[in-house]
Amino acid sequence: MDVLGRYRNLIVLVGVLFAQILGLAVQVRRTTDAEPTRLIRIWAVDAITPPEKVLVWVETSTSSVWHNYFYLRGVRAENRDLKQQIERMSLEQVRMSQDADQARRLQALLAFKEQFISQTMAAQVIGSSGSELSRSVYIDKGEGSGIKPDMAVITADGIVGKVLRVYGATSLVLLINDQTSGVGALLDKTRLQGILRGTPAGEVVLEKVMSDETVPVGEMVLTSGGDGIFPKGLLVGRVTKAAPGSDLFLNIRVRPAADLSKLEEVLVVTKIDERQAEPDQTGATRAVDILAERLPGVPAKPADAVKAGVEGTAPATGAGSESKPKAVLPPAAAGSAAPMARTSSTPKATATAGDTTKAPPQPVKAAVEPKPQPDVEDSPH
Amino acid sequence: MAITYTSGEQVEVYRFSLPATVLIPLTAIFLQAWLPQAWLPLRNFFSVFDLPLLVTIGFATARRSPLTGLLTGSFIGILQDALTHHPIGLYGISLTVVGFGASSLGIKLDVENAGSRFLLTIFFYVVHEVVYFTIARGLIGLRMASSWPHEIWSGVANAMLGVLIFMLLDRVKQRT
Repeated sequence: MDVLGRYRNLIVLVGVLFAQILGLAVQVRRTTDAEPTRLIRIWAVDAITPPEKVLVWVETSTSSVWHNYFYLRGVRAENRDLKQQIERMSLEQVRMSQDADQARRLQALLAFKEQFISQTMAAQVIGSSGSELSRSVYIDKGEGSGIKPDMAVITADGIVGKVLRVYGATSLVLLINDQTSGVGALLDKTRLQGILRGTPAGEVVLEKVMSDETVPVGEMVLTSGGDGIFPKGLLVGRVTKAAPGSDLFLNIRVRPAADLSKLEEVLVVTKIDERQAEPDQTGATRAVDILAERLPGVPAKPADAVKAGVEGTAPATGAGSESKPKAVLPPAAAGSAAPMARTSSTPKATATAGDTTKAPPQPVKAAVEPKPQPDVEDSPH
Repeated sequence: MAITYTSGEQVEVYRFSLPATVLIPLTAIFLQAWLPQAWLPLRNFFSVFDLPLLVTIGFATARRSPLTGLLTGSFIGILQDALTHHPIGLYGISLTVVGFGASSLGIKLDVENAGSRFLLTIFFYVVHEVVYFTIARGLIGLRMASSWPHEIWSGVANAMLGVLIFMLLDRVKQRT
């Protein structure tokens, strides 16, 4: 009894340490999804995150008032630049949508299933885990907002991580540069696949790419979709270093596109649709249509001239007789697409038959300013 | 600067009020998690400091009770673990050891002056890192990127902050 009293502190120390080591072993060895320490985590998160939320709210509100009501210097110039940028991008979008539509048609031929991000939820980063060994952050959306574990977290720049634990009003997001994370990734041009992992120093490496492959520095790294969390094709980052490793694989370092050390707002992918690729039936907007909307209206021609023009063009295009440039521009040249379907019997042609709006536009000048019919055709024989 | 040996009868034992006992560790853990995110440009600077460790050492040396010290360290460590995605117990075990050691040394050494507090904090910072590294590597299989120069500089930085935190704790501690 005297011995127990003398070594009481030491016995308690050993007991507490033993209990914690045992608890650690149980957590590490667990094979089910049931988390024995969930209650402790909920208490800790509920104690720490509410003040974080309040402080972040105060900070963002103050910043918002300042930037939206007081500090508006340069906004007009920025607005003008943005408008110009929108115009440039609209034209580019037309070109890209035509390329995308062509890709969709080809994918449809291959019965290719795609994953699309159909719903995201914006969330604010409110705090970190407080440990350099645990590269994870807390966001201000939780179970109440429909967040679930294993949802992908992204920014406009690239992927960020995945939702690891969900609490009532907050969630823990594991970043891609944590050493316990893993993301299926592929290289954009070489199409080599690997596994993206974090390092203890917080860097990101692409593993499992054979050392006999050539990986250029600067190549884009995309998600491969193989992990079942991130949809295929999201930007991860760029290769900064590729050198032979100690084993059979290359040592590829990747700089994440999203700045993981400066995260403030993120998007949680709450819904991913998997659907069969289908060719676009609605028709793409053509560059000429966009240009026509921006052109000043052409003054109405005299009735005789319009009539002559309509008579001259109607048999060829089937267009109406409106005098505005936008209306006069031939819409979808149905007459020109139909022959393609009719005259060709290949599967490819059949697939494009419904896509009547993708035919090359008719010459604008011919429609707006119809050529006078040759006298020889007008004269009866 | 001198660390003097004092007998058990000479040392004074302090206690903390219940609000201080609860709120100070909670505030330390809160700041540890919030500051790196709140001031993103200073993220690397803030990540050097380990406020829960400093509070554990401060409480343990002031109370001078190994039992209370290890329980305080255990409580703070488990709370710190709960915010990470790792299994609970990594910080818990290392802060338990630190709490026990700091309070045991607090009985034997004069920890009332800034010099001894500075050295004590460096010592326990290293103890904490070694215990944490051992458990993380041995039980969890985590790899750690650490270098001795970095650890020493971090220890010095934590010791400087620790001296300030102990001065703040002196204001709220009560003589028994």
